[in-house]
Amino acid sequence: MNVTPMVTSDPRDRGGKAQPLLRVKGLRKHFVIKRDLLGRPLSRVHAVDGIDFEVRKGETLGIVGESGCGKSTTARLLMHLLQPDGGEVIFDGDPVGTRGGLSLREMRRQMQMVFQNSYASLNPRMTIEESIAFGPQVHGVGRRESRQRARRLLDQVGLLPERFAQRYPHELSGGQRQRVNIARALALEPRLLILDEAVSALDKSVEAQVLNLLGDLKQEYGLTYLFISHDLNVVRYISDRVMVMYLGKVAEVGDSEALYRAPAHPYTRALMSAMPSLEPGRRTQTAPLAGDPPNPIDLPPGCRFCPRCPLAVDLCRASEPELAALPGGGHLSACHRAGEVQAEVSNPQPSVEESVR
Amino acid sequence: MKSDVMTRTAVQAPMAAPAELLVEIRDLHVHFGTPRRQVQAVNGVDLTLARGEVLTILGESGSGKSVTLRSLMRLLPERKTRLTGSVRVDGQDVLAMSRRELSRFRGRTAAMIFQEPMLAFDPVFSVGDQIAETVCRHEGVSRREGLARALELFDRVRIPSAKRRLANYPHELSGGMSQRAMIALALSCRPKLLLADEPTTALDATVQIQILLLLRELQRELGMSVIFVTHDMGVANEISDRIAVMYAGRLVETGAVDTVIAQPRHPYTLGLMHSRASGELRGQRLSAIPGAPPDMSAPPPGCAFAPRCPHADATCTQALPGMSELGSGHRAACWRLGETAS
Repeated sequence: MNVTPMVTSDPRDRGGKAQPLLRVKGLRKHFVIKRDLLGRPLSRVHAVDGIDFEVRKGETLGIVGESGCGKSTTARLLMHLLQPDGGEVIFDGDPVGTRGGLSLREMRRQMQMVFQNSYASLNPRMTIEESIAFGPQVHGVGRRESRQRARRLLDQVGLLPERFAQRYPHELSGGQRQRVNIARALALEPRLLILDEAVSALDKSVEAQVLNLLGDLKQEYGLTYLFISHDLNVVRYISDRVMVMYLGKVAEVGDSEALYRAPAHPYTRALMSAMPSLEPGRRTQTAPLAGDPPNPIDLPPGCRFCPRCPLAVDLCRASEPELAALPGGGHLSACHRAGEVQAEVSNPQPSVEESVR
Repeated sequence: MKSDVMTRTAVQAPMAAPAELLVEIRDLHVHFGTPRRQVQAVNGVDLTLARGEVLTILGESGSGKSVTLRSLMRLLPERKTRLTGSVRVDGQDVLAMSRRELSRFRGRTAAMIFQEPMLAFDPVFSVGDQIAETVCRHEGVSRREGLARALELFDRVRIPSAKRRLANYPHELSGGMSQRAMIALALSCRPKLLLADEPTTALDATVQIQILLLLRELQRELGMSVIFVTHDMGVANEISDRIAVMYAGRLVETGAVDTVIAQPRHPYTLGLMHSRASGELRGQRLSAIPGAPPDMSAPPPGCAFAPRCPHADATCTQALPGMSELGSGHRAACWRLGETAS
């Protein structure tokens, strides 16, 4: 084992703090939607089209993007709920699912997921306690110990075990069910939790409670989060770093504050100015983009965003930009004109104006 | 549009000319009954809307916001619903209408758009045909004229290559496009009142803002009144003149949108504002509202928010607070308003 002075107290930590917990290289998934008579693919959805990123130990990486950008497919590929067409997933130095690497079973022990639909992700015929204890039992923890663990976790997510352990999913509210799903995900004591729109279906007053819970659990268990959401405010609140996806590719990654303050991709900038204004007396005057996000079937040559991009030039239509680091490091953008985008933002855009009322 | 504010305050005053009001809801109660359970979805809502005004009803799931909206068109299942109180739209008593009057009223005086546009259209007819049919039925014009109107409406809601799009079936339209088509359908008979039930909630952020801007523009051009239902404070700020916050089947706070957002006074509205996640609060705990909304088959006595309220005392759990006037049309229903002034 690679013992460095930075080794944390977690005995499962192998590479030390500097080694990313998760490293993804060239991850790709295409869904074939039409075949010819001989079964050869005619058209495909480029759901995830070769993405690279890493999740550092102990951080929260937020993933944002609109429907069809591949954020949920990415989550499912990481959990091997879908089989990737290509690419590599390395968990704390070990490649996942290859010979000599981490087995899927072992990977799922270290990586768990919470889904948006809290009801569909629980077995309606199992009590809450049984649902939470199920995972540990499958992984060889004794029946009684699993149940004890389930009760302890219920208590920790704010549901009194005496009141809730024997209930069925339909007897709980949406917020309570999502707490159960979080408890279940933690039952195997994972190191990485993937939260796929986990708070999006909750009412605002309940959403804040669950966000607080996620913060507490992260501290308590030293967790790392991959937080997927379409809500930019929530992502900004919870994430240390943010990754923006567009049509199956990474458009931009960077430290949360840096990225929100000076986005370096025109798409990120558009997403941000599309957020409804919350300042009294100020309303958005123009929509940053026209039309819907295109579907990832027939992709334009060159940059995928260029048909909707206000800054597109000939270069953008001819060649696809690589995800490249901006000066200063840590902030990456896949845009030929990243520097100009950033410069333009620092002189604020008049997208929100004083409305005449 | 400064004068708009003036009409708004005038509406609140008792001597307001009744002709100025398009919608007048008085003491509306909506109860749903099943043999086993009665759900008290709306419990005494008073609400008025001036002509040309845009009102947002803001609330969480189960607050009764959609039920209130649907009562305005009597879209609730007749046999299971008990509606009491009075609902008047454009001088007509909606609750007393016969079926015939109701079908004249729907579409013509009031029209509704929904969260799920795919469900508003019949999947086996083209969208153009469906709009044309609506126009023909309500106005007795020919099919050709109906189609001409459909084309005009598609242009108006900014559907690109409108003529070609009229021949599309609902499934051929993208999310934002089908929402535009549904707006066109709703506007086909020039309603005086547009009811919008979370029409942008299912849309992507960049599409949502387009639809909000479109609705704002259409409202201004056509001078319609709009009641918009949402759970999103930002959407309310973008679209409305006035906000009505609902909790557990009752209005808890109403007022001009700027006032309610800048100086909310009801503890529930305050709680909603303070529990919002944002970049500035990173690393800090959110001040979440504890607990969950009450079960509407057995709502608590007194103020329904009291069990979750940081200001609640004995009075709150016993007696129901009435609406108190806080100045220029801003009103809130709370016993402890003295403590919530900033």
